[in-house]
Amino acid sequence: MSQPHILTRHMVANRTDSNTLASYEQSGGYSALRKGLNSMTPEQIRAEVKASNIRGRGGAGFPTGVKWGFLAPAEPRYLVVNGDESEPGTFKDRQLLERDPHQLVEGIIISAFALNCAKAFIYIRGEYPKPARRVQRAIDEARAAGYLGDNILGSGFSLDITLHLGAGAYICGEETALLNSLEGRRGEPRLKPPFPAVEGLYAKPTIVNNVETLSNVPWIVNNGGAAYAAIGPERSAGTRMFSLSGHVNNPGNYEIVMGLTWREFIYDLGGGVPDGRELKCWIPGGASAPWFTPDLLDTLVTIDDVGQNGSMLGSGAVVVMDETTNVVHAAHRLVRFFAHESCGQCTPCREGTTWLERVLWRIGHGMGRPEDIDLLLDVCDNISPGLRWPPAMTTICPLGPSATAPVNSIMTHFRPEVEAMIAANELVQGGVSIG
Amino acid sequence: MMDPAIDRVLTRWSPERQERARAVLAAYPERRSTVMPLLYLASREHGYCSREAMVEVGKITGLTSIQVESVASFYSMYRRQNVGKYVISVCTSISCFLRGADDVLAAIEDETNTPDGETSDDALFSVEHVECSGACGGAPAVAVNWELIEGVLPDKGRALCQWLKDTQPETVLADEMQALFGGQQSFDWGIAEPQGATSHVPAFERYDSAGDAS
Ligand SMILES: Cc1cc2nc3c(=O)[nH]c(=O)nc-3n(C[C@H](O)[C@H](O)[C@H](O)COP(=O)(O)O)c2cc1C
Ligand code: SF4
Ligand code: FES
Repeated sequence: MSQPHILTRHMVANRTDSNTLASYEQSGGYSALRKGLNSMTPEQIRAEVKASNIRGRGGAGFPTGVKWGFLAPAEPRYLVVNGDESEPGTFKDRQLLERDPHQLVEGIIISAFALNCAKAFIYIRGEYPKPARRVQRAIDEARAAGYLGDNILGSGFSLDITLHLGAGAYICGEETALLNSLEGRRGEPRLKPPFPAVEGLYAKPTIVNNVETLSNVPWIVNNGGAAYAAIGPERSAGTRMFSLSGHVNNPGNYEIVMGLTWREFIYDLGGGVPDGRELKCWIPGGASAPWFTPDLLDTLVTIDDVGQNGSMLGSGAVVVMDETTNVVHAAHRLVRFFAHESCGQCTPCREGTTWLERVLWRIGHGMGRPEDIDLLLDVCDNISPGLRWPPAMTTICPLGPSATAPVNSIMTHFRPEVEAMIAANELVQGGVSIG
Repeated sequence: MMDPAIDRVLTRWSPERQERARAVLAAYPERRSTVMPLLYLASREHGYCSREAMVEVGKITGLTSIQVESVASFYSMYRRQNVGKYVISVCTSISCFLRGADDVLAAIEDETNTPDGETSDDALFSVEHVECSGACGGAPAVAVNWELIEGVLPDKGRALCQWLKDTQPETVLADEMQALFGGQQSFDWGIAEPQGATSHVPAFERYDSAGDAS
């Protein structure tokens, strides 16, 4: 299956040095910036982004043009780029940062012009020194070339970009936690409203967008919003980066047009499950997403279809598990992550994730008790009453409710397996060594 | 910016870090925002995020050292205890787990004689399991001072530790380690990255908020 390249076109054409300014300019880089700053107004650019129907690639899938429309008029106002990518299974932003940092920088400059921001920040997770280094180098190169700084390309528009390195806290990917972190505080999410577009960084109007979202902006400005909207299904416009991992023959990032089936994605693009083993289940959109089972292989990969089937595309991480996977161990790994990353502000999240982690651990280690099944479901219900999809919220941010997804998934699809494990009460090896 | 309180701290730092700190102070509209980048610089100055490092950051930012500590303690990468020359971080999150990361961790613990979460007696290694390193397509992933290696199988994990012990490089380079000990990658890495890590504090090389051109 061939898929068009928008985001990855430059790195695919330039297999080695796509991260350098020289290479980026050679393949037409910064032409959208010239076009935008020299021949378009900020309103016109905002209109193109709105017409593109692009939806945020950070997880929530909110239409970018609509979000931009909420930006309050007060000044100064800020553009903040979310490069905190830390959800287990997700590694797409890392590729965009390492292999095409200028595409992002160009997208930021155009977007800041469209939003009338004089200062932008890129927040990159602390564990990503190489991506951070490459982005910083791109910022420096862009400044030296006159694409950044004062009076860019003679347009009268000035912009400064500061790269901020995180320090090992997944929760800082949540946009208000990220803003607190940028302000030099603990990365604890804020109650919304107010939304960042009204009161964000330093209580000023702020737009927070994901790395991939903004990396699309140069193409949209060059080709027009309508051309972008014409790609893929109506409510899942454009191409999108998916990170495929787990038990597949060809793991990696895939830029795809949404609307193909899961079978086409996992088997045709991903090469299927290694060694002819059977597919057991997969996570369609990151650690927070409820799992899918093979009966859904012929459903479509679109934001809406996945939502209707009770899950989400979220961060674009697809994790495949084959028949050898012990689902209790797998769920434990996911829940352990949430327990570790809970910021601790909300009791249901702080206490609940810890309970889930401990109970799953003891079931997985031959110490399960018959009442543990009800206990797990009860704790989930306390974190997110009714265990419905999308989850009910009892907490400041969605991290707590997210932790119920893996538990609920194994109870829905593999309950007899969990029960059998408790009955047998022996330590079962969970992972598969692939050698 | 000639603030005597700031100068008293910064003049104790190496000239390069002084310069970096001044660039950080100029980059943010509000002083408080400099806490995170300064914590990295101070950690590098003191080897880790020691009491003294936090006191210094407090003096520069005008925060009390308790306020600084409250921020530092939120983030796992500000190490409040000394660690080994090489911090080996083994991802055991879902995708790496599915591809056998627990065996890789066990092999590395065994080879370095250092249990998960601890530092070897000779202070050469710290070993830890971490959550997703953003290399799930190249699982299992291992990082040395945050320089990533993808597709590391147990035997290669052992060989990596042995190599670190034998050669003790001052700078660890991801591409070099990937070529020697790695396998399946998340994506094509492109040209080799000339810069690597010279410590577990990821802000010393010039790529963090200081942003001055090289
Ligand atoms: C717990 C949690 C973690 C998140 N992590 C990230 C992240 O690492 N990167 C990201 O872009 N968005 C992340 N988000 C979503 C952000 O809050 C925000 O919606 C997004 O950055 C907006 O950008 P977009 O509209 O371009 O998608 C996270 C959300 C939550 C609740
Ligand atoms: S839900 Fe969890 S992570 Fe989110 S604010 Fe509450 S305690 Fe923090
Ligand atoms: S799960 Fe190990 S790198 Fe993502």
